[in-house]
Amino acid sequence: MSKKSWFSNLKCRECGRLYEKEAIHICEFDFGPLEAAYDYEAIRGVLTREVIESRPKSMWRYRELLPIDGDPTVGTQVGFTPLVKSDRLAKKLGIRELWIKNDTVNYPTLSFKDRVVSVALSRARELGFEVVACASTGNLANSVAANAAAAGLKSYVLIPANLEQGKILGSLVYGTNVIGINGPYDQVNRLCSEIAGKYGWGFVNVNLRPYYAEGSKSMGFEIAEQSGWQLPRHTVVPMASGSLLTKIHKAYKEFVDLGLVEVSDFAIHGAQATGCSPISTAFKRATEMVRPVQNPETIAKSLAIGTPADGYYALRSMKETGGSAEDCTDEEIVEGIKLLAEHAGIFAETAGGVTVACAKKLIETGKIPSNESAVLCITGHGLKTQEAIIGKVGEPRVIGPSLREFEALVADEVAIKS
Amino acid sequence: MPTVRIPTPLRKLTDNQEVVTVTGATLGAILDELNTTYPGLGERILDEQGAIRRFVNIFLNDEDVRFLQEKETPVSDKDEISIVPAIAGG
Repeated sequence: MSKKSWFSNLKCRECGRLYEKEAIHICEFDFGPLEAAYDYEAIRGVLTREVIESRPKSMWRYRELLPIDGDPTVGTQVGFTPLVKSDRLAKKLGIRELWIKNDTVNYPTLSFKDRVVSVALSRARELGFEVVACASTGNLANSVAANAAAAGLKSYVLIPANLEQGKILGSLVYGTNVIGINGPYDQVNRLCSEIAGKYGWGFVNVNLRPYYAEGSKSMGFEIAEQSGWQLPRHTVVPMASGSLLTKIHKAYKEFVDLGLVEVSDFAIHGAQATGCSPISTAFKRATEMVRPVQNPETIAKSLAIGTPADGYYALRSMKETGGSAEDCTDEEIVEGIKLLAEHAGIFAETAGGVTVACAKKLIETGKIPSNESAVLCITGHGLKTQEAIIGKVGEPRVIGPSLREFEALVADEVAIKS
Repeated sequence: MPTVRIPTPLRKLTDNQEVVTVTGATLGAILDELNTTYPGLGERILDEQGAIRRFVNIFLNDEDVRFLQEKETPVSDKDEISIVPAIAGG
């Protein structure tokens, strides 16, 4: 492999103007977002199923479709998380076949954000950055902190000050600079835009966003490969900025265009928490105008983005594929977490509860027909958001170390046989 | 007269002025007047059909004009209009 880069330019999603592959993220002309563009003709010649299957099981087996110039240097072991079939959850939710794309066990920080950070920091190094940073609702901060530590990059992570303890500790432990901001994510984000303009830092989701965002495609590539080189009929994706959903859509389209999967109908559905549901609200009102939510109120803090940068494109992806959007209450989120844990043995964070709860509604309302098959994208681990379920999953029954006490305790439980 | 705040990337077209004053009774009239005074500004804000570009936000005081009456939004002398590129992130 002499050629290392199939990534040609950055391109405005709105007007198509081409830009050099620098640390820039919006079009100078119309402020549209810049996106990575590739030489697909060249990729078609080198990227086959056999080539991919011969490579190590990480997200980098799809390297030609990720926007860096050389070999990846950060997060080389990220991705290729399990795609798990759950007959018990399928039965519970009333659908023929159900699969879980389990990014709760993504390496190294137990969320899908390791995918985007792996690309963003590999690119940050290529561009010569020594300090990397992010605006985050928690998972991204964890991943930037961990991957920057391993790579020897200095990092700053800016988060809403009221995040879950697990997400704050899960950044601090890596020796990063955690800055808590008194305000919701959107204000953290606005501040980061100002900082990115003033300091010469690589903000993974601001000036490095075109690179970062492409990392999410790997979740879609893996789902297609692990489904036996087929696209799932239905995919349910949680939405914060809407970026993951649009990138899974892009991944499926790229695989079709490259002939890696057969052309088949697929629908992509989006899930939000009702307390911060600007995208699903716009979808239900059949408008392309995403009305910002000023004060998000939901236990799904990782999804609490009131002004979703990719809201418009997420709406378009759902519409184009015949998908739909749904949202759920805090109680339904907790119920979703429990359903997934008790039926599939997977402990997801609140965003996973959102995905399960919304999938349940989509199946109940027939938007996902019960005789079809669906993949649920579960994006982060439940140990990170323990506050959400404390007191809602019962308490241990405590006894002394005595067989008599134990037998008294379980005497009425029919499953116990001596 | 109403004032219009110009974002950094567009100040090349307004002789580096951050705030300009423009006459007009509606947002549309003000945008027309802006383009007459500062040629080239119009196409950066409005698309070929004359609609506000998707990644340009225009606020009348604190409200996004998409949720008022867009270009038909009435503007009074004391109003402040802000042109703000959409913020990425998340």
